[in-house]
Amino acid sequence: MLKRPFLKLLGASVVLPSLHSFAQTTSKVIKIGSTLSLTGPLAGTAVVHKIAGEIFVELLNKRGGLLGRQVEWSVKDDQSKPDLARTLYEQLITGDKVDLLMGPYATANTLAAMGVAQRNGKVLVSNSFGIPSLAKYDMHFPGYVIGAIPGTTVPTTVLDAILAGGGNPKSVALVSSKFPSVIFMSEGAREVFKKRGLKENLWLEWEFGNKDFGPIASRLKEANADFVWLGSIGPESVQLLEAMDKIDYHPKIHFHLYPSPGAMSQSPLAKNALTLTTFEQHAPFTNSPVYAEVIKLYNERAAKANLPDTVFELQAANAYTGWQILEAGIKGSGSLEDRKIADWLKANKVDTMVGRVRFDGPNNYGDDLNRIKQLQNGKWVVLYPKEMALPGGKMIL
Amino acid sequence: MPSANLLFQALASGLFMGALYGLIGLGLGLGWGILKQINLSHFAWVFLSAYLTYELKTRFGIDPLLCLLILLPVFALLGVLLQAVLAKFSITPFNSLMATFGLTVSVEAFIQLVWSADFRRMNSHYDELKFRLFGVIVTYSEALTMLLSLVCCFAVWWVLYKTDIGKALRASAEDPDIARAFGINASKLSLALSGACAALACCAGVCVALTFTLAPSQIFAWIGVIFAVVMMGKLASAWAPLVAGLVIGVSESMTMALIAPTWAPLVSFTLLILILLMRRSHD
Repeated sequence: MLKRPFLKLLGASVVLPSLHSFAQTTSKVIKIGSTLSLTGPLAGTAVVHKIAGEIFVELLNKRGGLLGRQVEWSVKDDQSKPDLARTLYEQLITGDKVDLLMGPYATANTLAAMGVAQRNGKVLVSNSFGIPSLAKYDMHFPGYVIGAIPGTTVPTTVLDAILAGGGNPKSVALVSSKFPSVIFMSEGAREVFKKRGLKENLWLEWEFGNKDFGPIASRLKEANADFVWLGSIGPESVQLLEAMDKIDYHPKIHFHLYPSPGAMSQSPLAKNALTLTTFEQHAPFTNSPVYAEVIKLYNERAAKANLPDTVFELQAANAYTGWQILEAGIKGSGSLEDRKIADWLKANKVDTMVGRVRFDGPNNYGDDLNRIKQLQNGKWVVLYPKEMALPGGKMIL
Repeated sequence: MPSANLLFQALASGLFMGALYGLIGLGLGLGWGILKQINLSHFAWVFLSAYLTYELKTRFGIDPLLCLLILLPVFALLGVLLQAVLAKFSITPFNSLMATFGLTVSVEAFIQLVWSADFRRMNSHYDELKFRLFGVIVTYSEALTMLLSLVCCFAVWWVLYKTDIGKALRASAEDPDIARAFGINASKLSLALSGACAALACCAGVCVALTFTLAPSQIFAWIGVIFAVVMMGKLASAWAPLVAGLVIGVSESMTMALIAPTWAPLVSFTLLILILLMRRSHD
């Protein structure tokens, strides 16, 4: 009499816990943790990464998530401080027990996070790491696709773009901020331009945070070069253009390294400025209906967040690309194990919104996918290389 | 060999930058010298004023000079309120540094909340207007900064040395107990002075909005050089901050024009150390 209920109970005691654990593993969300500079000096750009990341995760979950599980993105505020980013990444791994990591914003914070990821054997996909030579960790994968030697490839692309656009500069004046991810590019540009036969009329550096650009503008005017390379970051470009305008100096060809795109497009002085991008909100980049939806969502949310520039471009695209790389790694390897994801990424190419990305070069860098855009009638348009240029677009030099 | 035009243009640039340094340092030095408070929130008032000017100009099209008239009483009131709080808790000079640092961080957070951390640039017709003075191009924004700085320094000098209030303020700064014995109401005076310092910060803020791209974090970028200006000049002096500001501004811009921009930040602090050493040996 007692035998049957006892067997039922025994059976239930074996089956129920395993069912429970099965249910747990299949329904449990995948936790992805990262920091972003939600406050502090980098917050202006980091907010772009936050909006782009939120859109990605939202659309990913609508598509069914990853490996049949929903994804939850946990973002902590690193206050634009690398030391805090380091602590928070430790907390994400050891305290919050996140399954995977996503990179923070900006080079210094990424470098801090990279150390933590390395110590814990976690994959780190970054989205704004500007000094590839420092990315020594073999499970770091860059979403900002600038190639292994941007100090050479970027100025080469810039000069090729100018020549293709009908310019023929014989001399160059280079001025640069000493900001770490800027100065090596400007130094690289010096070498490239010398090799390509341009006469260097001026080379100047300034400390990051410089307030008075008047004397630099005066020296640029005095140098009177055919082409001006401005190794600027953030508002420095507009400040320099204003200082140059003040003394009635308007260089014919002027390239800006990392300007604040919104501030530039709102300034009439930035007319015909050249700069880098990986993506711009026009054809052929927007040809895909999937990306059209992403861009529409971004435009709406950026406006809601009161961003001065709501256009989907470089930063948003890099953030989105980072997420696409992580998604491809997980789906491709069919696993959440960091080593398996890393091995898959190293062996495969990933199609992203900025183009096809590979990680088989030095420090997991592949091609430099930087394109050259120009500010025309208050709008940025990509003009080089030809296959990524706005249809019918022409460089004004 | 740099051309004469380059040198004169750099000199002008340094003079205008120095005038702004002097204007910001004026209010800070007055509070430091007379109220014995190192008021870091002075920098927060400068940037809050700059952002409000930006907002009034961009949203309502109000001329920045008219903005100044609107904002002056608001900032004077803020200064009075701050002093009332500091006086209530009898805050020491060192503690005032900590308390006002906290306030500065709060104001930075407030600015970021309202205007975001992205860069903001006020476009005004003063940017486009310029004239030539002995071959040097001067914009109206720079000329206004210089003019406001001179007017503020003169006004402070006149109040300090030509009025009874000024005498009372100087007496309070020199020996508060004796001044009190002579019937000087130090607490009322300190409220008025704190209001005046905040109003001076407001003036400087309008000049900052006229000339610079704004970002909340830039509040802290000015602290080093302005402290150098205040310390190089004399505390509670009307003209010393302006003179010190001009010396620093001109030496920085000449360094940029003749040597390299990267050396410029070292100039203000090297000058400060030299002057402090010379002053010590002179004493």
